[in-house]
Order: sequence, then C-alpha cells, then structure tokens
Amino acid sequence: MIINLRIWRQEGPDSPGKLVDYTVHEASEHMSFLELLDVLNEQLLADGDDPVEFDSDCREGICGSCGLMVAGIAHGPRKRTAVCQLHMRSFKDGDTITVEPFRAHAFPVIRDLVVDRSAFDRIIAAHGYVSVTTGSAPDANAIPIPKDVADEAMDYAACIGCGACVAACPNGSASLFTAAKIAHLAQLPQGQVEASQRVMAMVDQMDAEGFGDCSNYAECEAVCPKGISIDGIAGMRRAYMKGVLSG
Amino acid sequence: MKLMNALLSPVGRKVLTGATGIGLVAFVIAHMIGNLTYLSPDVNAYNAYAYKLMSLGWLFYTIEILLALCFLLHAAVGISIRVRRRKARPVGYKFYKSAGTPGKSGYSARSMIFTGIILLGFLILHLNSFKYGPGVAEGYTVELAGIGEVRDLRRLMTEKFQEPLYAFGYPLVMILLGMHMRHGVWSALQSLGMMSRRLSPYLYTTAAILGILVAVGFLFVPLYIYFGV
Ligand code: HEM
Ligand code: SF4
Ligand code: FES
Repeated sequence: MIINLRIWRQEGPDSPGKLVDYTVHEASEHMSFLELLDVLNEQLLADGDDPVEFDSDCREGICGSCGLMVAGIAHGPRKRTAVCQLHMRSFKDGDTITVEPFRAHAFPVIRDLVVDRSAFDRIIAAHGYVSVTTGSAPDANAIPIPKDVADEAMDYAACIGCGACVAACPNGSASLFTAAKIAHLAQLPQGQVEASQRVMAMVDQMDAEGFGDCSNYAECEAVCPKGISIDGIAGMRRAYMKGVLSG
Repeated sequence: MKLMNALLSPVGRKVLTGATGIGLVAFVIAHMIGNLTYLSPDVNAYNAYAYKLMSLGWLFYTIEILLALCFLLHAAVGISIRVRRRKARPVGYKFYKSAGTPGKSGYSARSMIFTGIILLGFLILHLNSFKYGPGVAEGYTVELAGIGEVRDLRRLMTEKFQEPLYAFGYPLVMILLGMHMRHGVWSALQSLGMMSRRLSPYLYTTAAILGILVAVGFLFVPLYIYFGV
C-alpha cells in the first residue's frame, strides 16, 4: 500500500518546526506504524537526508516510550493501542496521515517527534512510592489482599507512563497519569499508610510542572493504551480533599 | 493558608467550579419551577410566590449573597481554567481529532466557556430587566387577597415577552443553559469525586435529561406568553 505522511520536523528544542510531506510506496498492512517510520527512515538515509527522530523501545505496548499524534489522535485511531502496536491495516491505501509530537509545555520537543517526558518522573519522585524499611523482605503473603482489590490496583498499575493522556487533553492536564499512579498504590494496604501525603505531593508536583487543569473531557481515557479509567481522577480528588480536611 | 493553597491546587480549582456549579444548578431548578407558577389557573399565583420568597427576609438575602458569590467564583475559576490551557500547551496541534467514546467531549463539553460567558452576559441583562426593572414605584402593583398591594411581576413578564427579542432570545439562551448543564452536572459530580465506574453512565444520562428538562421548563413560559395561548 502507498501511504502519504505529513511529519513534524524540528531540528532542536528552540528551532522552528514544520510539517513535511513524505510518501512511502512499499508499506504493508502488516507493518506497525513505527515500522512504517523505519522504512521511511531507510529511504531518507539512502537519499542522504536526516531520518525522522522518534522514541520507541519494547514495541510491544508495555514500556511507554513510544507516543505520537497519528492522524490527530494520541497513539492513532485504534482504541487501547500504543502506536508501536498500531498496524497499517487500520489505514487505507493512499491515506495521508499527519504525525506530530505530543504537545505540552511540560513536554518540550527535543527533536522531530521526540519529547522530554521527565516531568512524569518528577511526579513519581514526589511520592509515587511506598516507604519500606530495608532489611529482610516481608513475606509476600503476610497481608492478604482480596482478589477484586488486587485486580483494581493492577488495572491502575497498567499505566505505562506514555503521556498520551496529556497529549490528548485539550487542556494539557496530567490528571489521568497522576491519578493512575496514586490509585494503584491507594488500593493496597501498603499504600494506605502515606495516602494523604502522597496525593498532596503528587498533585502539587503536577501543578508545578505546568500541566493544565482537568475539565473532565475524558479524552485521556479514550486514548489511553491501557484503558485507565477517569474514575481514578475522581478517587484522586476524594483522597486530596480527605487529606486537606484531616490536616 | 493551607486551605487557600489547597483551593488553588488543580484539585481545589475543580472542587470550586464543581461546588459552585452545583449551587447554581440548584438555583436554576428552583427558579424554573417557580416560573411555572405563571401557568397556574390562579392568576395571582406567580405574584404570591414572588412575594412569599421576598418575605423570607434575612434568609432570602443570605441566599442571594451566597448565589452572587457562587456566580462570581464559578465564572472566575471557570475562565481561569480556560486561560491556563494556553500556558499548558503554548504550541498547538496542526491537526487534532477527538478520540470519541469513552471520552465525554461532545458539543456541550467543548462549548462550556462559550455557553458560560453568554450566561454571564445574559444574567446581567436579565437582572436589569426584571429584578431591577419597573416595580411598585412605576405602578406595577397588584392587590393580593389577605396580603395587600405587592409588585406585579406577572404584568412585567407578560409585557416583556410580547417583544420578539425577549420571546425568542430567552429560549435561545435557555438552550445554551441546558447544554452547559448537560456537561456541567456530570462534570461537577466527577470534580467533587462522587463518581465511580458503576455510577458514571447513569449520572451522565441523568445530566442530559436534567439539561433538557431545565431548558424546556424555562423556554415554555416565554413562548406561551408570546403566542398568547
Ligand atoms: C455566570 C456565568 C457562567 C460562567 C462564566 C460559567 C463558566 C463555566 C466554565 C468555563 C465551566 C467549565 C469549567 C472547566 O472547564 O473545568 C463551567 C462548569 C460548570 N458550570 Fe458554569 N458558568 C456559568 C454559569 C453557570 C450556571 C448558571 C450554572 C448552573 C446551571 C453552571 C453550572 C456549571 C456546572 C455544574 C459546571 C461543572 C463544574 C465542574 O466541571 O466541576 N454554570 N462553567
Ligand atoms: S494513564 Fe494511560 S495515557 Fe496516561 S500515561 Fe498512563 S498509560 Fe499513558
Ligand atoms: S515502544 Fe514500548 S510501548 Fe510502544
């Protein structure tokens, strides 16, 4: 199949960028979208041009390093699918696809489609953990956890930190990511000890990074490759209010 | 100080828009039901209702002040959320599309700032026409059995809605109000953390029904008067 691409090219963080048109003649419906970009890059290299920079690692939807706006949607048109798992059979022969980097003040463009998502790391560093004393590891089964609770914690833990929620949000809010990280710990007994401290610290960090406010559009849930529910955001708000009221 | 910081946090700002929004929704529903007394076979019902509200005294003024605070806070925080959007994404997309369900950014959600600002403008004009419009001093009076002479708001309403601008302008704004509530009611519950995966679909539908009911409830009276049924 033939695929036309309009890709955002930008030399560096401070250089102006623009959309540039390319055509890949030897695309196959079995390729992932990133493999299509690989083919394009081989073409560019053969022509002596700079390849298009983009992030990827696992290419099986679990690491969270890939992330592109494909045809106007974070991770592309297929639901619950990271762009590395998006196959070209989701498109038609002759389609023109616009590809842009994830956009947010807190996600500055480094080059082409690569953005710096370390703001997420700083939100985690703020308190996205449980404190445990070092020494001998506690017995894994010492604290029994009901299956439904463990399952819910797992649903939130599935967040791969890709940043699609921020990219899709009309306000550039990081509420879904932050809420997922809070919710996955808050479900479990180990996480409840520092629950209030955690939610306050992480929400404050999210604000300090310059992410926008949440208007409950739920665009984040619609693009999240892991289907994280905005229910977690309601839970984050409950926990935050509880933290404020209990001092 | 700590509470102030909390209210200015991303969660606090949503709690503020949500709580004030719910206050405004309660007011709007009460107002809409009150207006329907215009349709009562007893021609004095509407004026008697208005008189009874006013005679609540300090309670009435307390509610008025709370409402004014709700309006101001709600509008200020709502608009500030919109302004911050540009700071959070200074460079926008050349091409952006909504990803659809389970997202909830339909027409109503995306036009909150537009419907909100229209409502603010409307509120000022509306208060000027009715609340601060002609009253007893201008001869708009009516005699109520057992009460005496009171302001004839019914006459004012009947006159105003003879004018096409009022008769059609009001219903138009009420449709926008219904849209504001369509996203607003659901969104406020989510902002206040009262939503859960199980409840969400029901409340999302309830918000739509409530938006339609309020819009229809409000636009009925002006059209009823204009077409002189
Ligand atoms: C005074 C004029 C008004 C303005 C400027 C305004 C503006 C806004 C804006 C911009 C939002 C979206 C906030 C966000 O993006 O998070 C909003 C939400 C909302 N509005 Fe209004 N609005 C006004 C009047 C009203 C009225 C009269 C009602 C009652 C029917 C109402 C009910 C709501 C509700 C329930 C929400 C949802 C709050 C939330 O998301 O937590 N608003 N308003
Ligand atoms: S919540 Fe979903 S979209 Fe956001 S970072 Fe996590 S996996 Fe990505
Ligand atoms: S490359 Fe790891 S999730 Fe896409």
